[in-house]
Amino acid sequence: MIKNMVCIECPKGCVLAVDIENDKVVKVQGAKCPKGAAYAVMETHDPMRVLTATVVSEGLELRLIPVRTNKPIPKKDILRAMEEIRKIKVNAPVKVGDIIIKDLLGLGVKLVATRSVAL
Amino acid sequence: MIKKDLVIVGGGPAGMAAAVSAYENGVKNILLIERDQYLGGILNQCVHTGFGLGYFKENLTGPEYADRFTQKIKAIPGIEVSLRSFAVKLAKDKTLTYLRPGSLEVIRPKALIMATGCREKTREVIHIPGTRPAGIFSAGLAQKLINIEGLLPGKEVVIIGSGDIGLIMARRFVLEGAKVKAIIEIEGKSRGLARNMVQCVEDFEIPVYFSHRVLKIHGKDRVEKVSVAKVDGSMNEIAGTEFDISCDTVLVSVGLIPENELIEMAGAAIDKKTNSPVSKEVNKTSIPGVFVCGNSFKVYDLVDSVTADSELAGKQAAIYLRNSR
Repeated sequence: MIKNMVCIECPKGCVLAVDIENDKVVKVQGAKCPKGAAYAVMETHDPMRVLTATVVSEGLELRLIPVRTNKPIPKKDILRAMEEIRKIKVNAPVKVGDIIIKDLLGLGVKLVATRSVAL
Repeated sequence: MIKKDLVIVGGGPAGMAAAVSAYENGVKNILLIERDQYLGGILNQCVHTGFGLGYFKENLTGPEYADRFTQKIKAIPGIEVSLRSFAVKLAKDKTLTYLRPGSLEVIRPKALIMATGCREKTREVIHIPGTRPAGIFSAGLAQKLINIEGLLPGKEVVIIGSGDIGLIMARRFVLEGAKVKAIIEIEGKSRGLARNMVQCVEDFEIPVYFSHRVLKIHGKDRVEKVSVAKVDGSMNEIAGTEFDISCDTVLVSVGLIPENELIEMAGAAIDKKTNSPVSKEVNKTSIPGVFVCGNSFKVYDLVDSVTADSELAGKQAAIYLRNSR
């Protein structure tokens, strides 16, 4: 069975024709780079996304600290992850890349700051 | 009067790239003015990823991309940064007047790069009839409210237009617990990047109505609903297709328009349709020594392209200064 999907690895947005047989990706066509085939496999079996959001700061120069996961997380866990992220309050200055949550939802993924925020 | 070889107006990605490039091409006496209290411009409110794949070969968020350049700027003593500084007047002889806390400054550099970016097109540009209640925001303003101020503009949102900022904000509203009831796009397909249709819209099962338009916004004090109808090939409403969507918030995401009022004030030729400078060469204007780069020169889809364009402008300004010595 051929399934069409748009690769989201970069802004080119290649349209992939993904040949799936018995739940396995057997062939990927249409990708302009090697990322496309890897994306097709991931998207077919367990779609993953990098999650970006903000956390609340207290007593720092900005009200919010923008954050991201350091690796993609399963798409199905995104809203659950947001519930965790909403509980966070940061009251010490952070630098870009500082860890905000060591292990988000036990997924083995870190939540890190994407902006340096001082007192 | 302050003396500088080159003044750059705007400390977003365009201004920062232009400053670094001008310095690397030999200009050692640069002033970069920025109206906000931080460098980075709109990148600071773009907390999502998708930046830097071309330039840094990494998938960065907006603030991370901005930070890379901010660090570069800080490391160069030849670039003086003036924050909370707002340019108010430009004359043809390149005399620039700007306000900063506590003073009004006048400077006449030998060359000037305008990196003033864009502003958002508004409801008025697309002529949507109806009342004028609270709850109507441009997509970028909503982005600032959510990502910088920590304020959620509404709970039930209809987005007009499928530009990238609108798509990004659709996802952002959902992540913050609001409901995005519809994206209404008058064209037959999305104006945003295909990847944003996937990761911002399809991932969250947000309904998109292509070839539809908002006929009217209803509401007394606050937005209550919008009336929508299907349009034909000539963008005219098809009779009998009208329906209402209740909502408390309307986001307008119908594109950007370059900000070039300062160079216009100085007498530079401006294309009235695109609001960008008329010139024979990229980044130049009809005034020698006044350059424009980034989104104020041309509306780019990607910050990586803004950086490339602005590096060229920095180099052009350096060449101009070398030749006019």
